[in-house]
Amino acid sequence: MKFAVIVFPGSNCDVDMYHAVIDELGEEAEYVWHDETNLDRFDAILLPGGFSFGDYLRTGAIARFSPVMNEVVKAAELGKPVLGVCNGFQILLEAGLLPGAMRRNDSLKFICRPVLLEVKNSNTMFTNQYAPGEIIEIPIAHGEGNYYCDETTLAKLKANNQIVFTYHNENPNGSIENIAGIMNKQGNVLGMMPHPERAVANLLGSHDGLKLFQSIVNQWRESHAIKA
Amino acid sequence: MQLKLEPSPEQIKAEKVYSQMGLTDEEFSRIEKILGRLPNYTEVGLFSVMWSEHCSYKNSKPILKKFPVTGPHVLQGPGEGAGVVDIGDNQAVVFKIESHNHPSAIEPYQGAATGVGGIIRDVFSMGARPIAILNSLRFGELKNARGKYLFEEVVAGIAGYGNCIGIPTVGGEIQFDACYEGNPLVNAMCVGILNHEDIKKGQAHGVGNTVMYVGAKTGRDGIHGATFASEELTEASEEKRPAVQVGDPFMEKLLLEACLEVIKSDALVGIQDMGAAGLTSSSAEMASKAGSGIEMNLDLVPQRETGMTPYEMMLSESQERMLLVVKNGREQEIIDIFKRYGLEAVAIGRVTDDKMLRLLHHGEVVAEVPADALSEDAPVYYKPSIEPAYYRTFQKMENRIPKVENIEETLLQLLQQPTIASKEWVYNQYDYMVRTNTVVAPGSDAAVVRIRGTRKALAMTTDCNSRYIYLDPETGGKIAVSEAARNIVCSGGEPLAITDCLNFGSPENPEIFWQLEKAADGISEACRVLKTPVISGNVSLYNETNDTAIYPTPVIGMVGLIQDLDHITTQQFKQPGDLIYLLGETKPEFGGSELQKLIYREIFGKSPLLDLDVEALYQEQILTAIRAGLVASCHDVSEGGVAVALSECIVGADGIGADVELQGEAVTQLFSESQSRFILSVKEENREQFERFVSAKLIGRVTAEPILQISVNNETVVKVEAEKIKKAWKGAIPCLLN
Repeated sequence: MKFAVIVFPGSNCDVDMYHAVIDELGEEAEYVWHDETNLDRFDAILLPGGFSFGDYLRTGAIARFSPVMNEVVKAAELGKPVLGVCNGFQILLEAGLLPGAMRRNDSLKFICRPVLLEVKNSNTMFTNQYAPGEIIEIPIAHGEGNYYCDETTLAKLKANNQIVFTYHNENPNGSIENIAGIMNKQGNVLGMMPHPERAVANLLGSHDGLKLFQSIVNQWRESHAIKA
Repeated sequence: MQLKLEPSPEQIKAEKVYSQMGLTDEEFSRIEKILGRLPNYTEVGLFSVMWSEHCSYKNSKPILKKFPVTGPHVLQGPGEGAGVVDIGDNQAVVFKIESHNHPSAIEPYQGAATGVGGIIRDVFSMGARPIAILNSLRFGELKNARGKYLFEEVVAGIAGYGNCIGIPTVGGEIQFDACYEGNPLVNAMCVGILNHEDIKKGQAHGVGNTVMYVGAKTGRDGIHGATFASEELTEASEEKRPAVQVGDPFMEKLLLEACLEVIKSDALVGIQDMGAAGLTSSSAEMASKAGSGIEMNLDLVPQRETGMTPYEMMLSESQERMLLVVKNGREQEIIDIFKRYGLEAVAIGRVTDDKMLRLLHHGEVVAEVPADALSEDAPVYYKPSIEPAYYRTFQKMENRIPKVENIEETLLQLLQQPTIASKEWVYNQYDYMVRTNTVVAPGSDAAVVRIRGTRKALAMTTDCNSRYIYLDPETGGKIAVSEAARNIVCSGGEPLAITDCLNFGSPENPEIFWQLEKAADGISEACRVLKTPVISGNVSLYNETNDTAIYPTPVIGMVGLIQDLDHITTQQFKQPGDLIYLLGETKPEFGGSELQKLIYREIFGKSPLLDLDVEALYQEQILTAIRAGLVASCHDVSEGGVAVALSECIVGADGIGADVELQGEAVTQLFSESQSRFILSVKEENREQFERFVSAKLIGRVTAEPILQISVNNETVVKVEAEKIKKAWKGAIPCLLN
């Protein structure tokens, strides 16, 4: 399975994402510069964290106009898994692939530390390796992770089981309903503030994030097995 | 050529315009002699920044000569952007520390942010990939709004820059003392790695080669920043806010990635960061180090503002700029690489053979100065030094054991002193994990960063207890290096080398100069015994506000090599039942201690003593035991003594406690700050072997009950829940800020 790691000017978790796939997951990955106009050769798209275009203006607001984003939208429409982490999540929101918006953390400070998450929906292509309601430890590192959406959107998110992860026992940034990660209605685009790619080996403090990547591979194998 | 608003050479001399730029009468005469004529305004500007203490080290050079700078593993010592040390397998570690004190005192966010940006450029200009940032900070007591503002904004500035550029801020230290009230210290250290063949130097070799400018455009910010950094802070310093630069970490991220790509190209001859004194220092130093000259056409310098004069362009300290020397005819390759990152590389000059720095503007030569005169041949001063009266008084004092009524209460108070308290409030604002190599996060003795693709890791730390150095600069200097080495060893690493940031008051004051001299003696001796040469560093003098100097604060940044990931050790106790050992002798030593400060509200007397041979022996014993897999946890005993060290071993380890028995005078046993001491925990089954390697004393056991219990002479003096310790220790700084 081949993953694209999209690199915008100012992305800085691209290396982490790449190595999580190559070293820990054991699948293929390739860095893709933001001016790329063809993603056909990839089976899944990863939008890493960082400060694309310095996050000037608004997080993700400039990155969404990069040429590669047309291709990301296309890949999403084709049903390929698209995972946006941290800044990647913010870009997905700006691109309209996911509903809602991001505000500054309610503490007005950048926060970097491990947090506990609850897997709210384990029946997705990103979470099928987790048990329902499993509590996992994944780090956060963001200044603007305070997810917000209006009530209608929230009701839809709930009704369609689009809330995939919530913060457990605390809310580090003030997000609505403790939301840490959501997916689109089709279930192939996931945006999350915590960094699963930073939790893929015990040496780094946790390997709870690895199952997320394994879920993607698992789903891909199953769907391809059927086709074959 | 003379610009309309600039004073003429004659006027400069007659009206002593040069003195406003920090040059003395003697220095001006010297310039006249070098040039054989009167310098024009631009030329006086070049000399004034290059001959500032910040750029020339004119007052500290005789001191810096004391440092041991060589070793079998040193690939590059002081003099380049950063020092380089071999770590085997054709890899090397590159590191340096630098101050940004004065800018941070008047504009804390940008001052701290650009301090981080500057030190990162120093490291990648050597050809290294930056892998970690550390810092060392000093503030007043967090008792007034200004003090809290400085602290919060400095932390935010470091976070703002480091988080955005994506280099983890993995460690550091912070101390609080009234002497830093008006003059906080902000020292930033960067660590990078490279392969031997990629080491680049800031040298302009090859006559006819092209000088290229890359990065942000030049603006009017930071003009005379280096000069400003070389004088005392006064009420009027506020007006110098324009001398503080503004950082753009996004620009630097692009510059970093592009430069690391350029470094792989053999079209590149030399590269240097435009740091203090910007275009002037980078061009003059690159020419001087290569024994060549440089001619630049300032019309070609990318400018952010219109109508900039040569003086302004040469003295601007706009951030995120690099100067490159590229092989003649291969400029396009370099331009193309930068273009990919949206950056412009512009040819602005060429390397010459006449050893002159020559500047052209609007078709005329506006400055023509020997490059060596600006750089290598800057004046050197041997300042007088006098042993201060306070030192003699302190040395005559007997060690006095502070009177403690309630030991447990005192322990909890000590844990809440901001210097001892958990710095979680600070480091949780830093992205310490990005690049996913951080194995030991901030909060243990040293930070540990693995080297991907190998079994190796690097341990890194910054240390300096300036109270000891104030009481006794020579001993304090030894302690600073030893403590840094202790932190490396406790983490399982072998100390490799140090970088130092000498933060002192005004060298014009003979008593301050004496502190500088003695501290350097102590540092040098410790470096020799512990085999950690000085490979890079920075000097920050004139740290005074309204005639009050800071404590002498020579911050030591140290990096050590951990041979195998299995050797990585942390300070937290691991398993109930493990044996707790204390290595090192405890004496009644309270001079400069946290307890002394807590009880008497001032520090006095002798600093703790240090025997470097004992220090080296203990460090070797510990490292041997760690490498043999016999040590479960290891922590050095520092501020607050054994009681605080034991508390720190418990707080990070959930749900366990310790039961410890000591013999002797209780206050000394618990709170003395005697040096060369360590707390280790060891699995029962390793007891015999451990005791063969390490001459430590068994003092207790790790318990399943989350309680710290300490008895002295069979009488329980501390019995406190781990949760209470944690609350006091972690809650202190947030509480002080509210």
